[in-house]
Amino acid sequence: MHLISLQNLSVSYGGNTVLSNVTFGISPGEIVTIVGPNGSGKSTLLRSVIGAQVPSQGSVTRSPDLRIGYVPQKLHIDPTLPMTVRRFLSLPDRVTNQQATKALEQAGAGQLSNRQMADLSGGQFQRVLLARALLCQPQLLILDEATQGLDQPGSAAFYQQIESLRQTLGCAILMVSHELHVVMAASDRVICLNGHICCEGEPEHVASAPEYRALFGSGTQGALALYRHEHNHSHDHSCGHDHGLEEAISQASHAREETKR
Amino acid sequence: MITLFDSFLLRAAFAGTGVAIAAAPLGCFVIWRRMAYFGDATAHASILGVALALGFQVPIFAGVLIIALLMATAVSSLSGRGFAMDTLLGVLAHSSLAFGLVAVSFLQGIRIDLMAYLFGDILAVSRMDLAVIWGGAALVLLLLWARWSALLTATLSPDLAYAAGINPKREQLVLTIALALVVAVAIKVVGVLLISALLLIPAAAARPFATTPERMAAIAAGIGALAALAGLQLSFMLDTPTGPTIVCVAAVLFALTNLGSTAYRQMAANSDRRT
Repeated sequence: MHLISLQNLSVSYGGNTVLSNVTFGISPGEIVTIVGPNGSGKSTLLRSVIGAQVPSQGSVTRSPDLRIGYVPQKLHIDPTLPMTVRRFLSLPDRVTNQQATKALEQAGAGQLSNRQMADLSGGQFQRVLLARALLCQPQLLILDEATQGLDQPGSAAFYQQIESLRQTLGCAILMVSHELHVVMAASDRVICLNGHICCEGEPEHVASAPEYRALFGSGTQGALALYRHEHNHSHDHSCGHDHGLEEAISQASHAREETKR
Repeated sequence: MITLFDSFLLRAAFAGTGVAIAAAPLGCFVIWRRMAYFGDATAHASILGVALALGFQVPIFAGVLIIALLMATAVSSLSGRGFAMDTLLGVLAHSSLAFGLVAVSFLQGIRIDLMAYLFGDILAVSRMDLAVIWGGAALVLLLLWARWSALLTATLSPDLAYAAGINPKREQLVLTIALALVVAVAIKVVGVLLISALLLIPAAAARPFATTPERMAAIAAGIGALAALAGLQLSFMLDTPTGPTIVCVAAVLFALTNLGSTAYRQMAANSDRRT
């Protein structure tokens, strides 16, 4: 039973087809990552999932009473709108102080309750967005490039928080990211998107698929290997070719095994 | 001093505070959503509503409400369709005012005091007007109260609203209806040209003191009511037009609160530096 399933979804804006024939579903507790170059329809796909984008063809089916926690790519709060962190957490449904405190702790943003949203740093802001998304006790947590604007340690820490949340809350996670390596390491399934689904499957499978290589090349992930320092293996670089991808894959599977343990 | 606290002044005071209290929370949304021109367009179109109401001999409140609703719906359905919004609203606001003024001139045999509709005539408020104003104000407040959380979420981000099962287009419609209602009841108090002022200025004056949206709305309502009462008294003492005087008082309050908070923040920053 899928939490949400997309059947032959197509979306077009004024004659431009952004997505065509996308079919996939998300099962409870699963981490699914969507990767794809700019303009590949990633955000459109997420907006279709949350119901903000009406498909021009196909359908989106949500399981009855599906609770979605949504962490947007960025949120601009107009400076004329006063908003404390505590008040923000009670949107749209009021929550108790106890619930608010717990969610802030889970998201790694304790002590921020009385601050104005406008005064938060980028990392604090994303964590508050995450805390708010957790408050509806989501069955599906959706993250749209949630670490945009964070530095590498910041986003690595953010994704570690996500992984531990999946373990404690058991919710499914659907995310979009450019940070291929980190995201792939944390995923059960990767969907490579470029207007349509190019390829999908386990991270190892996708990373070695020719469609994925055609989109991302084979050497781009090495530089993004944020988990590298947690694994004490080294590579012999004397053979002269690019190890980026192989390294990324091996670390992806390491990280996955650790998650499963 | 209002020693002659006659019934017409009492009615004017009630009318002014009624409109101010309903306009202020709505004005907060107008500010937060950056739709100041939206209020202008709706208000300016209502002079056309006055002309049509007089022409077809229906109550002015009904005529204004219908035209304001039509205008607000037109504007909100045109928004987000790739038009340059400020240009479009400028065109709609001023051309509807012009059409309204021209339409008024076609009304033969009916003498109307145009100034009363452009700048309001709060001292001529009847018991019936008062009932309409308070009824409309209560309806607006009820509407905002019932949809408050959904409206705030949709104001923050339409996508957050969608994800929580809220349709931001429906919330936009709620605001549109509330705006048309406020315009229809406020036309008697401040007139079509100054309705936006009554929406925006108290809310903007409340911003420096507010830490949450609810407090901003409450403070704005207080400031609006204060401006209405003080403006009424001043206009009585100085023999000035009442609607504009109310707006002047609100503007002075806006200047005071914003200057005051800036000065306070600088003093706080200075004392921080010293310690």
